[in-house]
Amino acid sequence: MPNRGYNHQDLLRVVIGGSVDHGKSSLIGRLLLDSEDLYSDQVAEVSTGELAFVTDGLRDEREMGLTIDVAHRYFSTPQRGFVLADTPGHLRYTRNMVTGASKADLLVLVVDVTAGLTEQSRRHIQLAHLLGVDQVIIAANKIDLLEPGDDAPFHELVSVVDELSGRLELASALVIPVSAVDGDNVVLRSTRIASYHGPTLVEALEQVPPREHAERHPLRFPVQWIVRQGTYRGLAGQVSGGLLKSGDEVTVLPSGEHTRIARIDHFDGEIDAVRGPLEATVVLEDHLDVSRGDMIVSRDHLPVAAREVEATLVWLGEDPLTAGRRYLLKHTTRRVRATARELHYAYDVDGEQRGDAVELRTNEVGRVTLRLATPVVADPYERNQTTGAFILIDELSHDTVAAGLVREARVGVTEDEQRSPDVVWHRGKLDRTERWGHLGATGATIWLTGLPASGKSTISTALEQALVQRGRLAYLLDGDNVRHGLSGDLGFDAASRAENVRRVGHVARFFADAGGIAIVALVSPFRADRDLARRLHDKAGLPFIEVFVDTPLEECARRDPKGLYARSKAGRMSGLTGQQTPYEPPVSPEVHIETLRQSAAESVDGLLALIDALA
Amino acid sequence: MTATRRTPEVSRRSVLEAEAIHVLREVAAEFERPVLLFSGGKDSVVLLRLAEKAFRPARFPFPLLSVETGQEFPEVTEFRDRKAAALGEQLIVAKVQDSIDAGRTAEEKGRRATRNRLQTVTLLDALAEHGFDAAIGGARRDDERSRAKERVLSFRDEWGQWDPRHQRPELWSLYNTVVRRGESVRAFPLSNWTEIDVWRYVEAEGLDVPSIYFAHRRRVFERGQLVLAESPYLARESGDSAVTEESVRYRTIGDLAVTGAIRSEASTIDEVLDELARARWTERARTRADDDSPSSLEDRKREGYF
Ligand SMILES: Nc1nc2c(ncn2[C@@H]2O[C@H](COP(=O)(O)OP(=O)(O)O)[C@@H](O)[C@H]2O)c(=O)[nH]1
Repeated sequence: MPNRGYNHQDLLRVVIGGSVDHGKSSLIGRLLLDSEDLYSDQVAEVSTGELAFVTDGLRDEREMGLTIDVAHRYFSTPQRGFVLADTPGHLRYTRNMVTGASKADLLVLVVDVTAGLTEQSRRHIQLAHLLGVDQVIIAANKIDLLEPGDDAPFHELVSVVDELSGRLELASALVIPVSAVDGDNVVLRSTRIASYHGPTLVEALEQVPPREHAERHPLRFPVQWIVRQGTYRGLAGQVSGGLLKSGDEVTVLPSGEHTRIARIDHFDGEIDAVRGPLEATVVLEDHLDVSRGDMIVSRDHLPVAAREVEATLVWLGEDPLTAGRRYLLKHTTRRVRATARELHYAYDVDGEQRGDAVELRTNEVGRVTLRLATPVVADPYERNQTTGAFILIDELSHDTVAAGLVREARVGVTEDEQRSPDVVWHRGKLDRTERWGHLGATGATIWLTGLPASGKSTISTALEQALVQRGRLAYLLDGDNVRHGLSGDLGFDAASRAENVRRVGHVARFFADAGGIAIVALVSPFRADRDLARRLHDKAGLPFIEVFVDTPLEECARRDPKGLYARSKAGRMSGLTGQQTPYEPPVSPEVHIETLRQSAAESVDGLLALIDALA
Repeated sequence: MTATRRTPEVSRRSVLEAEAIHVLREVAAEFERPVLLFSGGKDSVVLLRLAEKAFRPARFPFPLLSVETGQEFPEVTEFRDRKAAALGEQLIVAKVQDSIDAGRTAEEKGRRATRNRLQTVTLLDALAEHGFDAAIGGARRDDERSRAKERVLSFRDEWGQWDPRHQRPELWSLYNTVVRRGESVRAFPLSNWTEIDVWRYVEAEGLDVPSIYFAHRRRVFERGQLVLAESPYLARESGDSAVTEESVRYRTIGDLAVTGAIRSEASTIDEVLDELARARWTERARTRADDDSPSSLEDRKREGYF
């Protein structure tokens, strides 16, 4: 067993697949045998039987002569350690390919050169590719069966692979002619295919770059465990993207609070920084309420705290997925309830798309929309293979039924979310034209958003007064006031803020529908939440006027009529928008008020003119 | 200017370490009552260091459990107790003798009787008595052929049995930890470690291991291909060689009745690693009297053995 150079070895994870009987097990046996990584008791088994017996572990398999489950093999060369996930070729066990590929840097596909690339082998490449493995080595096996000098089947395979690789945009696809039985080009070089001058299988394995650990990407640190000892409070976990660095400014999701990394601890002392996939225990500068399942992320490129996920599923369960069914969803260190809202389409095992799919069956791949009971902090899988991955667990059988890849993560609390789907909307006797006609009114919602102390209250109270004095039924829904009753049960984390905005949006819609002018003055920091309120009104055919009260942060802090900024600065308050939590300005508001440029009275006049124009 | 501190290197060792720590924390967080099986052997010594890395400065969120056949190497038992005390963690010792006295199991009959199989009963009883729903062990997949298909989190039914045909797929590092009352898992954080990885780790971390892993003089005899220690638990048989005193060491540690020694002069970790580099046998071959057919470990595992 070679172990020289151990200290500089890295670890490459390889998934090995191929159609039944193309020689996968034999090739693994040969690889271990020739790299002298087999012990004598194993070698004895090899020489008494088939090479494949080294790898066929369980008695059932030995009896059936078939590989039925993912097996793991270990071998090393002086440069590298390898973990081989040996996945069975039988189609029924597609799930094993997915299991192996979920952790792999590289796919090695064993193809019998005399048979060519089978449909199943293509499927393995596609599955691995789906899971993000885009480096492939094709071991063109059984070249000993070719007539001497007959290289044509090998070259044919090369061109088929090149075509597929180009279409899938694989990073690399190398075809190596080998014989598992005779050992050609596995560890020892062979000239049996005279035109081949590339590396042997082992050389190629040593040269493959590991799947990149996304260090260039933004920081993702899912909190796995809280280490509490006396006053020490460390957040432990595994870095899942980016570089975790002492002193860096970070955001905690889903609460959205800003803070800084005060220190990073390892068992043998404090460290400066740590990158994925290593682990660490982090201490934050501020005493925030962080628990397992939260995620520490870099302040730019925030992932989404998603209650709705658009995902690709590989279905592993025995019972099919149908729309409306509920599952447990595990994502990073969080477990939440999920409902399959919609199945958009499914691919069956032959790769045929069924657009009218009503269910997703074993081994099929499909696109679904999932609704989650509590948010998960997610990225698209193509950007991060940890924060973009999840599994579904059946609530009754507790089986793992799907591998999930996030395509799009959405905040996703929508207007038509119905917790009580059996309650139907009760229509009154009046339609809106008749109602507004009798009252001589035109309803609308004026939604003022902006940082705390930006001037929302000043403008909105003046607007309310002016409208009522003109005989209009106007009413101000003030952010602080709704917190007293309507949203008295809510806190200030991102989910609660979203819920607050949702409630106020619905109340405003009723007012506007009644013919009133609902004036909303609410920080409403998240674009998605405001858009939701807008959609509510759009659907109901009611005017919605978004007003961005734009005041620079420094000016807000200077004005500070309620003393919020002062308290936040003194550390007596956490979660102040713009300070510890982000504010997302509107992209295209109906009205943009820069309070440093115009007086409150001018702003009110402008809004009055706009409201008059609606009638 | 503060002194420059380090940024740990991403290497085979640090990646395996992080993976194992992740498993430990996952188990601690998601199960109600986990326990760590600590035999005193090198793999479980590594597990303890990983637990320190996962949970210090706090205490471990689980106790340690050791199953005793009563036929242990005294050196190992002494080491085990000393280690647990030094860590300040709770050690529960479950004894096969107690299971026998309680009528839960009976001594095997015959000259080759061992208490190896009886351990399963004691282990399962201890898990049930304390309500443990996750048992963390140091088994590795490179250890034996049927382990190659073992999961990192291996699901056991109410009777502690393993069904190799119905294992939960393990995707990414997302473990399905949902169990019903009475069901449990065995968790193997060292799944992807090899014997060499374990020794390299012991060396790098400066860990103490029981002295019998290194060459020492011992009275031994040969039975077939096994080199066995003379002890009260092993009846001599007609085909056995004469007892001689030799320099031997142990590569794996079971109890005295089932563990074979190897002839060796390796008295340091470096020499052990050197010897391993030249080794011609897997870890279990020629060191375990209980592995008499290729499927015997698999059979015992189905019954609930570790
Ligand atoms: N001639 C020849 N036969 C091979 C080669 N590799 C494997 N085989 C044979 O192909 C059959 C299937 O091999 P096996 O490794 O069990 O295939 P698996 O199903 O892919 O694991 C066995 O009969 C092997 O002896 C090879 O390189 N040359």
